[in-house]
Amino acid sequence: MDVIILQLLNGLDKGSAYALIALGLTLIFGTLGVVNFAHGALFMIGAFCAVTLQKVLNISSEAIDPTKTDFLGNPLVVKTPYVVNWFGPETGALIIDWSVPLALLVAVPIMILVGFIMERGLIKHFYHRPHADQILVTFGLAIVMQELIKQGFGANAIPTGAPDAFKGSYDFGNLLGFDPNVIIYPYWRMIYFAFSAIVIGAVFAFLRFTTFGMVVRAGMADRETVGLLGINIDKRFTIMFGIAAAVAGIAGVMYAPINSPNYHMGMDFLVLSFVVVVVGGMGSLPGAVLAGFMLGILESFASMNEVKNIFPGIDQIIIYLTAIIILLVRPRGLMGKRGVMED
Amino acid sequence: MSTSNFTRRGMLKTGAIAGAGLALPQILSAGSHSSYMNAPTGSTVTLGFNVPQTGPYADEGADELRAYELAVEHLNGGGDGGMMGTFSSQALQGNGILGRKVEFVTGDTQTKSDAARASAKSMIEKDGAVMITGGSSSGVAIAVQGLCQEAGVIFMAGLTHSNDTTGKDKKANGFRHFFNGYMSAAALAPVLEKMYGKDRKAYHLTADYTWGWTQEESIAAATEAMGWETVNKVRTPLASTDFSSYIAPVLNSGADVLVLNHYGGNMVNSLTNAVQFGLRDKIVNGKNFEIVVPLYSRLMAKGAGENVKGIFGSTNWHWSLTDAGSKAFVKSFGTKYGFPPSQAAHTVYCQTLLYADACERAGSHNPCAVGEALEGFEFDGLGNGKTLYRAEDHQCFKDVLVVKGKENPENEFDLLEIVEVTPAAQVTYAPDHPMFAGGELGACNAG
Amino acid sequence: MLGLNKRDTSFLIIVILLTMFTPFLMQPFSEGSAMAQFNGGYPDLMAKVAIFGIFAMGFNILFGLTGYLSFGHAAFLGVGSYSAVWMFKLLTLNVFPAIILSVIVAGLFSLLIGYISLRRSGIYFSILTLAMAEMSYRLAYSVFTPLTNGETGLQLRPGDPRILDAADASRYPNLFGLELSTSYKLEVLNHVFTFNVGFYFCAVIAIIAFYLTLRIFRSPFGMMLRAVKSNQNRMSFTGLNPRPYTLAAFVISGMYAGLAGGLLAVMDPLAGAERMQWTVGGEVVIMTILGGAGTLLGPVLGAGAIKYLENIFSKINETVLHSWFSFMPDGMEDVVVSFFAFFTGKGWALTLGLMFMLVVTFLPGGLVEGGQRIWNKIRRKKPDTPNNNPAE
Repeated sequence: MDVIILQLLNGLDKGSAYALIALGLTLIFGTLGVVNFAHGALFMIGAFCAVTLQKVLNISSEAIDPTKTDFLGNPLVVKTPYVVNWFGPETGALIIDWSVPLALLVAVPIMILVGFIMERGLIKHFYHRPHADQILVTFGLAIVMQELIKQGFGANAIPTGAPDAFKGSYDFGNLLGFDPNVIIYPYWRMIYFAFSAIVIGAVFAFLRFTTFGMVVRAGMADRETVGLLGINIDKRFTIMFGIAAAVAGIAGVMYAPINSPNYHMGMDFLVLSFVVVVVGGMGSLPGAVLAGFMLGILESFASMNEVKNIFPGIDQIIIYLTAIIILLVRPRGLMGKRGVMED
Repeated sequence: MSTSNFTRRGMLKTGAIAGAGLALPQILSAGSHSSYMNAPTGSTVTLGFNVPQTGPYADEGADELRAYELAVEHLNGGGDGGMMGTFSSQALQGNGILGRKVEFVTGDTQTKSDAARASAKSMIEKDGAVMITGGSSSGVAIAVQGLCQEAGVIFMAGLTHSNDTTGKDKKANGFRHFFNGYMSAAALAPVLEKMYGKDRKAYHLTADYTWGWTQEESIAAATEAMGWETVNKVRTPLASTDFSSYIAPVLNSGADVLVLNHYGGNMVNSLTNAVQFGLRDKIVNGKNFEIVVPLYSRLMAKGAGENVKGIFGSTNWHWSLTDAGSKAFVKSFGTKYGFPPSQAAHTVYCQTLLYADACERAGSHNPCAVGEALEGFEFDGLGNGKTLYRAEDHQCFKDVLVVKGKENPENEFDLLEIVEVTPAAQVTYAPDHPMFAGGELGACNAG
Repeated sequence: MLGLNKRDTSFLIIVILLTMFTPFLMQPFSEGSAMAQFNGGYPDLMAKVAIFGIFAMGFNILFGLTGYLSFGHAAFLGVGSYSAVWMFKLLTLNVFPAIILSVIVAGLFSLLIGYISLRRSGIYFSILTLAMAEMSYRLAYSVFTPLTNGETGLQLRPGDPRILDAADASRYPNLFGLELSTSYKLEVLNHVFTFNVGFYFCAVIAIIAFYLTLRIFRSPFGMMLRAVKSNQNRMSFTGLNPRPYTLAAFVISGMYAGLAGGLLAVMDPLAGAERMQWTVGGEVVIMTILGGAGTLLGPVLGAGAIKYLENIFSKINETVLHSWFSFMPDGMEDVVVSFFAFFTGKGWALTLGLMFMLVVTFLPGGLVEGGQRIWNKIRRKKPDTPNNNPAE
């Protein structure tokens, strides 16, 4: 029982990352009809917003400390971040410590801008091109983005920690009457789950209750008619692309403390996020979220030893196996719409 | 007009059209000057540096390339000579190898066997490389080693830690300076016993491929021999990025030590996740919960950040060693590039020097002669103390470092501290040890 | 000739000539010159171009004609390689049994996967194929290690049974005794040309594969496949069931992939699981689109462009760049070198990504369209050039 609760928590947490990425991807799929292979790269750029802010906050003044030496035996150069110089040691350290949450503020405008540039500069020209061409151009873009990040930041992971206040883990077991240490869960992962729930809720509310959202939903259903009504749907679609990029970006920012960002993290998520979207069903936002959480939970359960002993290697393939079974049983995924991306 | 000929296994055919267009096929007899693959004819000799430049190990690859360039500079008489001055064999003159200026070509392994072999092939077929070296993972090392054996050139392995490289996949043309999973285990076990006691329960998380398996086998055997109990061995998919679902059940299992048989990005993530779960703050069975990372590297420690503090592991070499060889190397590398070298850089630098030295002593680049000069070669002054290149399996036997993540680093490179230097005798095993059985060197191949 | 009309016959002859003279065409620069770095005429690369050309040609039969976009063809490539190496290990190092088995096994495997995947269309089909290939890759890397040798890859060992081979037979893949690695070198006026048995073996098979593709494109079956692409509904209304046609196309392309996988093993007897990864499946998609999907020659051009870039650009390191630009003043040289170093050596993938973007943006029909545009320009200058278009 305790193990099941534990893996359920894990699954919700994994699922929230999958759901967030898939949500952004579906916004682009559903509204614009574009297969965006650069979506993983947007997630990665979001994470590197956090890395960059951390680096910027750590820009330091240098002073030479003759009492110590560096690895070559020369006098050691002592670095003090300017933030510390300006705000005093305590406030300065606190600002640096909170660089990941602060990065959210930076990442949103940056990602919206990146989304606008991508849509106006490149994607716009591909609306009426075959899906295969869209894949090739966005895949090329993804490679370019990750190579640029690699040239700038190197190939190794860069540790980007959560604020000290959120380090460590919470003992759920105590709460539920189990022995201590049986069900523990890190604070930051709980925050990630709550954060993704808020973002998903906000996106749904936005599409549901605003005029803008109404027009976009109408455009998803029937772009031509909406255009004939004299509504500038193109401009709204550009904004949707920006929003999708921002969702991917902040998902990346918040993910940075969970796993240290590296330049290929976007590619690692790319295939998986497509599987999630398709399992959820093309053109369905609730489907993408549902599939994200479902696959996250299934993946967690598949990694349990009890399960692996019966089906060796099941944790390697569970996501793909589930995808195959669902697509064979339900032709358009969980909640897919008829005729979307079926030809 | 000389023709560089490339053909193997006796069928040496050379077509030459002399100016006017007359074909003169000729058959060269073995034993003539160019009786081996890519024999250098001019005043230069070409080495092939095959390292990961894209993919997850690109930073290790970049550091290896820096070390190679430094080694070439030193071999050609440039710079301060680095470890050539401290190397016990003083055959190298600083005039290249056998008087030939050393040139090199580079390639990208992408950490994929196919790409690595394609790159090595192009070095052999197109650029006439007489030796291939490099790599940052065991799968690639074994694949390229096999290729070099078939093609008839020497392979000096880079960073490869799997027992198989000089175990069941050993090859006569392949040589490894780096240590292996068995040595890590043999060096770590006594330290772990001293620090954590004889009565411990270990939980293994292992990357699900051959390197992970050989390391898990080695560590489990060594820790069980001193009384530890292995509670569970769990395999994790190579492609995993989030290890939470593997780490969450660890505390519940009754284990009080977690062994992470992961490398590179896997290790960075699994260690980060384990620390996130607060495992290290827990008390299990009345003891502090501990984490062990058997194979450490500074570049990985950097990726894991402060999560490495206080965690034990082993490493092939570390820049803070104070012997003359290490100091000379750190000085020339640090002066040229501004930061200390990684263990990957160290091992490939040594390999390049060892190859060059063997050529000098053998008086030839012929792979068979070079191999003979390396087999059973004993040397010192390359940073690892007295070292033996064992003839039976082409593995170097030398001291192994047990290290710990440093609690209070003094600078950004000061991430690991050396806890113990385990003497070579303690990590030496018989060539027919069961973990290494099942392969044979075969005969050397000169093309 | 051979059931082809006159235009196609001359097209085939041009392709045969191009293939046979590859060792010259890919080796345009003299030894020792600064441009020698760009020579690609060594056996491994030439053979790779031919093999991936076959792979992409087969993929094009499915994707170019029917429009079904499979992301799972890497699985058939991998299965082909594994079959071939097992044949080497168990039976003989003669290449024919190995290649025949790899085509058969890949055909059966693609029948299974195609039968399941083709129940869906569009993106749902793509994800089904992707999921099956990725499952194959991950299992081959881990659980199936006894069969695939996992991370290290399946390779030949001295102790292999090889029951059909005599004790003194060659220990390397061979054509009835003639080893594929045998090469002849020809030196003319400072140019060195390499003629390799393995390359010519792959080239001959590639020409046969090309001929078969040509026949399929021109056949009534090919028309049916095009009909599937243009309008499946209309085809169903006329009483034709498109499924058998698409399944046949899927299996044929799977067999091409298996053949390519077998040839990879023949040229280099090691089969690794990475060959089944989605990135390889994606690579063949990209080769096909880059060259020009639905055209005969496009996929081969795409394969050549990508393999050339990967192998040649990744070897241009800063030392090479410095030797090229050493004529410049020091400060300027460093700037120029660090600029180019961005795109070569460790930055070769950046060039690849940029090339994808540029080609697909400006040449919607792929490299073949680029060729056509150049051809048209030349033709406009010389209006009396006969109107035949080798780029199909």
